Amino acid sequence: MIKFNSIHKNFNGLAALYDINLEVSDGEFVFLVGPTGAGKSTLLKLIIREEVPSKGTLFVDDLEVPRLSGSSISQLRRRIGIIFQDFKLLQNRTVFENISFPLEIAGLHKEDIERLTADMLDLINLKEQKDLFPNQISGGEAQKTAIARAMIQKPEILLADEPTGNLDLKSAWEIMQLLSKLNNLGTTIIMATHNFDFINSLHHRNIEIDHGKITKDTLEKNLKKPKSEKKKT
Amino acid sequence: MLDTAKRQLNTASLRIARNPYQAIGAILVFVLAFFIGGLFVLITAGSSILLNYFESKPQVTAFFRDNTSAEEIEEIKKTLASTGYVATTRYISKEEALEIYREQNKKEPLLLEFVTANILPASLEVSATEVKHLPVLADILTKQEAVEDVIFQKDIIDTLTRWTTIIRNVGLGIVLFLILTSLFTTLIVIGLNIALHKDEIEIMRLVGATTWFIRVPFILEGIIYGTFSALISTIAIWVGVEYLSPILSSLFQGIPIFPVPPSTFILLLIGEVLIGAIIGTVGSLIATWRYLKV
Repeated sequence: MIKFNSIHKNFNGLAALYDINLEVSDGEFVFLVGPTGAGKSTLLKLIIREEVPSKGTLFVDDLEVPRLSGSSISQLRRRIGIIFQDFKLLQNRTVFENISFPLEIAGLHKEDIERLTADMLDLINLKEQKDLFPNQISGGEAQKTAIARAMIQKPEILLADEPTGNLDLKSAWEIMQLLSKLNNLGTTIIMATHNFDFINSLHHRNIEIDHGKITKDTLEKNLKKPKSEKKKT
Repeated sequence: MLDTAKRQLNTASLRIARNPYQAIGAILVFVLAFFIGGLFVLITAGSSILLNYFESKPQVTAFFRDNTSAEEIEEIKKTLASTGYVATTRYISKEEALEIYREQNKKEPLLLEFVTANILPASLEVSATEVKHLPVLADILTKQEAVEDVIFQKDIIDTLTRWTTIIRNVGLGIVLFLILTSLFTTLIVIGLNIALHKDEIEIMRLVGATTWFIRVPFILEGIIYGTFSALISTIAIWVGVEYLSPILSSLFQGIPIFPVPPSTFILLLIGEVLIGAIIGTVGSLIATWRYLKV
């Protein structure tokens, strides 16, 4: 569970987030919606402790994120997958190497890395592109690679910061299907987006942010399904 | 653990290979620093050996006039012995002096051609029990009528001591300066590399790499620069000194400096590689602390 308790975040005296109180349960799929500069990315950055709140606190399960330091931050980040609009792939590494990168960091054996990465390539249907470099694949394939990299360590939470922003409609829907598949497998997903097509079509919880404040939360409309029930569907 | 270490080393090597000019620049500065530093260490060690050699042989040499009789020489020996400061005395006749001269100049036939025993003086080599007694013995000898000239090693030792101190201090200053140069070069090169790999570092952070996981390849890079350069410069010094040994050994005849034993070079190699590794580590550590915000 992710829990925000009266979070405020200021940058040089300007409020980026104001009194955020929010709970995201395990296995939920949440859309974060709002105009550019509304505070969506800041909210995601607080979860991975790339930013620290100016006031208030937040928990990921029983971890009080702002209080973490050193290797505890690394441990937290290994539990959370992140994907970005600009993919953030390593240009000098192949698709295979990009996906296996977190496993290298985790210090897994070569054989395990190869097996897990091959499984992931299968899941996202990128087997044929495994030896290509990021500049040799399409935007959709690059985003799939980024998702695979985020998912390779089987994180409990996946944060997606406008992951379809740079993609054409077809690729964007492919990415959405992939994210839905991961959510059905039990991963909590928080996705910042501008795309109202997804929001309207995919009846997930929708949190709207404007000027750093939550202006709408559709939690009441979407009764949460327990994780076990979700996996069955 | 081993897999991770191997990967870290691979990353460091790959970064060096992908920025060869930067690496060559760093290594050249290091090699120059270690070469000059190593030479100063050797020169300081050599001058110490030279000084020890003279100090271990506290000697005054008195050259006799041509007509000095054996009795007069015996008398002088007795006078010297009465001081209690004499360790040994050795009389060298004109003929023995010629033999020594021939031996020292056997490769220069021109120098031997016109020299006969007559033009070389007989002499008395007097070793003192300690260097500080040399002035007393030299004074006694100078006052003797039969003695034409006295060579007094205290002057040589004083001059040598002065020079050794100067060499040691100047050398130390230069070595310190070179160490600082190498340290700052490492800092700049690793700092540049950190800037070049900004995106990679950011991604590493986001996928959960620890601070040390990100730092280690940069530190290894610094260590590689340091050790590799130390290796090259010590080998260059070794080859250079071996090549010049025949010429230098004729300059320092009788003094046990040349040929320099291999153990000296091995010690120098170990020392330079260690210092190289330390400079590389410290330089890259400072660079990662200064420029790597993890």
